[in-house]
Amino acid sequence: MTAATTDAPPPRVRLPRRRGVEFSLLVCAVLCSMLGYAAVGLARSGAVPHDVAGYGAGLSLLALTGHLAVRFGAPYADPLLLPIAVLLNGLGLVLIYRLDLETPADRAAPTQLVWSALGVALFALVVVCLRDHRLLQRYAYLSVAAALALLTVPIFFPAVNGARIWIRVGGLSFQPGEFAKLLLAVFFAAYLAANGTALAHTGRRLWRVRLPAGRVLGPVLAVWLISVGVLVLERDLGTSLLFFGLFVILLYVATGRTGWIAVGLLLASVGAFTVGALEPHVHGRVEDWLHPFASIEAGRGPGQLAQSLFAFAAGGMFGTGLGQGHSALIGFAAKSDFILATAGEELGHAGLTAIFLLYALLVARGFRSGLALRDPFGRLLATGLASILALQVFVIAGGVTGLIPLTGMAMPFLAQGGSSVVTNWVMVALLVRMSDSARAPAPEPGPAPDAGSAPEPGPGCGPGGDPPHDGGPLPGGAAPRATAPARPPGPAPAAPTREGAR
Amino acid sequence: MTTYIRRAAALCLLLLVALLANTARVQVLEADRLLGNPANRRPVLARYAEPRGDILVEGRPVTGSQDTGQTLRYERTYSDGPLYAPVTGHASQTYGTTLVEDAEDGILSGTSPHLAGLPLIGGLGRPGGPGRGRHPAGHVATTIRAGLQRAAYEGLAGRRGAVVALEPSTGRVLALVSSPSYDPALLSGTGAEPAAAWARLNAAPGRPMLNRALHETYPPGSTFKIVTAAAALDAGVVTDVYAPSGTPDPYPLPGTRTLLPNEARGCDDASLAYAVRWSCNTVLARLGVEVGLTRMVAAARSFGFNDADLRVPSRVARSNFDADMSPDRLALSAIGQYDTRATPLQMAMVAAAVADGGEVARPYLVETTTTADGGVVGRAHRETYARAMSPGTARTLGALMVDVVERGSGSNAAIEGAEVGGKTGTAQHGVGNQGTPYAWFIGWARAAGAPRPAVAVAVVVEDAAARREEISGGGSAAPIARAVMESALAAEGGRG
Repeated sequence: MTAATTDAPPPRVRLPRRRGVEFSLLVCAVLCSMLGYAAVGLARSGAVPHDVAGYGAGLSLLALTGHLAVRFGAPYADPLLLPIAVLLNGLGLVLIYRLDLETPADRAAPTQLVWSALGVALFALVVVCLRDHRLLQRYAYLSVAAALALLTVPIFFPAVNGARIWIRVGGLSFQPGEFAKLLLAVFFAAYLAANGTALAHTGRRLWRVRLPAGRVLGPVLAVWLISVGVLVLERDLGTSLLFFGLFVILLYVATGRTGWIAVGLLLASVGAFTVGALEPHVHGRVEDWLHPFASIEAGRGPGQLAQSLFAFAAGGMFGTGLGQGHSALIGFAAKSDFILATAGEELGHAGLTAIFLLYALLVARGFRSGLALRDPFGRLLATGLASILALQVFVIAGGVTGLIPLTGMAMPFLAQGGSSVVTNWVMVALLVRMSDSARAPAPEPGPAPDAGSAPEPGPGCGPGGDPPHDGGPLPGGAAPRATAPARPPGPAPAAPTREGAR
Repeated sequence: MTTYIRRAAALCLLLLVALLANTARVQVLEADRLLGNPANRRPVLARYAEPRGDILVEGRPVTGSQDTGQTLRYERTYSDGPLYAPVTGHASQTYGTTLVEDAEDGILSGTSPHLAGLPLIGGLGRPGGPGRGRHPAGHVATTIRAGLQRAAYEGLAGRRGAVVALEPSTGRVLALVSSPSYDPALLSGTGAEPAAAWARLNAAPGRPMLNRALHETYPPGSTFKIVTAAAALDAGVVTDVYAPSGTPDPYPLPGTRTLLPNEARGCDDASLAYAVRWSCNTVLARLGVEVGLTRMVAAARSFGFNDADLRVPSRVARSNFDADMSPDRLALSAIGQYDTRATPLQMAMVAAAVADGGEVARPYLVETTTTADGGVVGRAHRETYARAMSPGTARTLGALMVDVVERGSGSNAAIEGAEVGGKTGTAQHGVGNQGTPYAWFIGWARAAGAPRPAVAVAVVVEDAAARREEISGGGSAAPIARAVMESALAAEGGRG
């Protein structure tokens, strides 16, 4: 497979704005969540909770805020993104509220609602203020520095449940790793957009394998190694797996070298084996995955994973109904890592499938924006964000259902966790922004838009309209980036690729 | 790049498919195995999440369910705990179920597939989870009659012992009392209280949790002479019950120099009729030897002895008549000593066999099981357990038993205006027979003009505290039997 950074952009198709569709979908999402909330109350106390209206109003307010932001900030955005996020977030609130009933002393739903509100506020801010996603390219190095800083800080804080992934300030604690994934995605996308060609076509040939130039590969490899290394130190397996997957996928998409995948898988298995063998915490997780019922046979009662599997099994095809399961048996992480078990038990295989499909739709829409965009950075960023979402869902859902070893991570939007909710809202905001650029009609934004050609005349926030400079001094860039994506850089022949007429 | 993005998307699709396949595996294919895991508490939680069905006596529940709001939500309550404990047993979150609570647990806890109105739909139960195959709990109607039960319980008045009353023609258990008793409600629930009650009840000297009517065997003593007499009559060893038997008093046990004495007078060369009326050991011991081991074992077996599988519906302890012994031991066994042991239920079956023309009806405690809204799930019917003697023998023995009450040792059981047959017994036990003898009475009663006896009863009183020579089934046990039989006849009269 030869590299093809030279895709001709897919022909533009004029799309209607679809804001009305989005609005009706949002109404459905809010109603669905309210229905779930009412169902919990009916199942538990035989009456609709008195604050169902309040809950509905709160969620409606969030939805409306998001909707207005999209309507004014990104009028051409994909109409599915926001409703799915609202529905998942609303459903998450319902599940957490339902689990709060089992632990009256420890209520998490109100906090989660506050975090969700903050997330939606940030969403609106990003959608309205970030007029062009390509602005983010400038901050590639800033974001990678911030990401590494965020990742290293928790080392100086005490471990929680065997993982040092928390920063505690006063009564608040947050997981910087969540936000770091977003920053790293921006960095990888920016760096690979700038240097993908060089990675694909320079460097020595060793027999038949073309090794990429070390100068080009070095920085990105270093960043990746540092982040994964740090995570291993912090014992945050899930996130290190996530970064690894993100890196390999983006490298592959940017260069088209299948070899990367092989190398990636090889590295992954070597790393996994080493860590699994040497690290007792990780080793225990793997043992748990292989023998989830070992603790029962040893007479110590079921472990968390066994309890989680019991919960999923209890759900069967159609679930016990909200509020009628016993997922509280899982114990302390029922609202965070294991929230999916509650969904699986009370909504059944049918409900779980629906949730997975919602995520899949979100991911698919992300990829779709990536396919429809024309600047390499946007394409890579959209792909990266969609992949993060997909990998994250896979790692957690696979972990709690015994498909892969369990790693602690938060289910996007569903699980309790402020940092996670806020980060995911920002991610959706970026996807909304990019889908808007992808679907917006002319004026054709060139690769280097001038200050005056912001897509939508309107009050931007901050110094809007500063053109992002392509070919900026990105160190390590061996080949100068093409100024027009349609022109092949370097001597490489443009490989014919299928064009998706979208 | 488009191609590669598509491939990345395809990879994500692959991950989705893997997730869906795996959740289908866990939630559908392996669900039953996971739910069946002993460490999975869901079945237990589901079991106590709904009120338990009730056990009924004469249509009125003697049990209840109380919502505690705990994890194991509903606790069992009992309206007359100690009175009905030998029937209901307990249903405890901590200590499980016993007796009817255990035998009919499927109905009472709603797990029985028979509760499903429509088998195909009912198989699904409530959608999902451990509720699968769970229906609203059904009820269990017992054969017990409150009046008889109370008469028996009050008759024992806390003394150690047991009473069983049967309806001879059907095998219905009309009363089942064990004393001293306990309140099963003490064991309901979880935590320190049931544990303390459990420890206390298990350590109590009167062993209140022992169901003496079904699970304790006693030497039946002279009441066993009815079995021996039936065997002798059926085998033709005795043809004329009024003819002298030629048995010496005392009777030397065959092959030994041991002499078997009598408690009663006038037993020398007594007829079978006299021997039954006054309970002569010598005559019946010799008859047992003459009938022979094989026929004695067969006769005992046909009454229910040596049957380890008897259920009513809970398991009944095995009553014993040795199948392999020397003639001297057979002689002792034939008068209910040596290794012969019987549950009170077993001796009630002996009385009922005489009352019902020689057939033993299989005893049962559960009349009907119903769904929550009263639809009949199961209904008991009469089953013949075995024919213990010919109808002629039954008639003859019946007359002899009436003699016992009218002119013999069982006069304390006589009821005005009714025909009562009975047999007293005292059973020695303990090392060198130093223990207090058990007082026995078995009998039956027929209201004047009624076609057949309405009730057969067996009473055993362990600690009949009195002077040795005064201990007799006639003194301690017969009055209790009379009270129970009177109650049965009154009820029969009331029903017309």
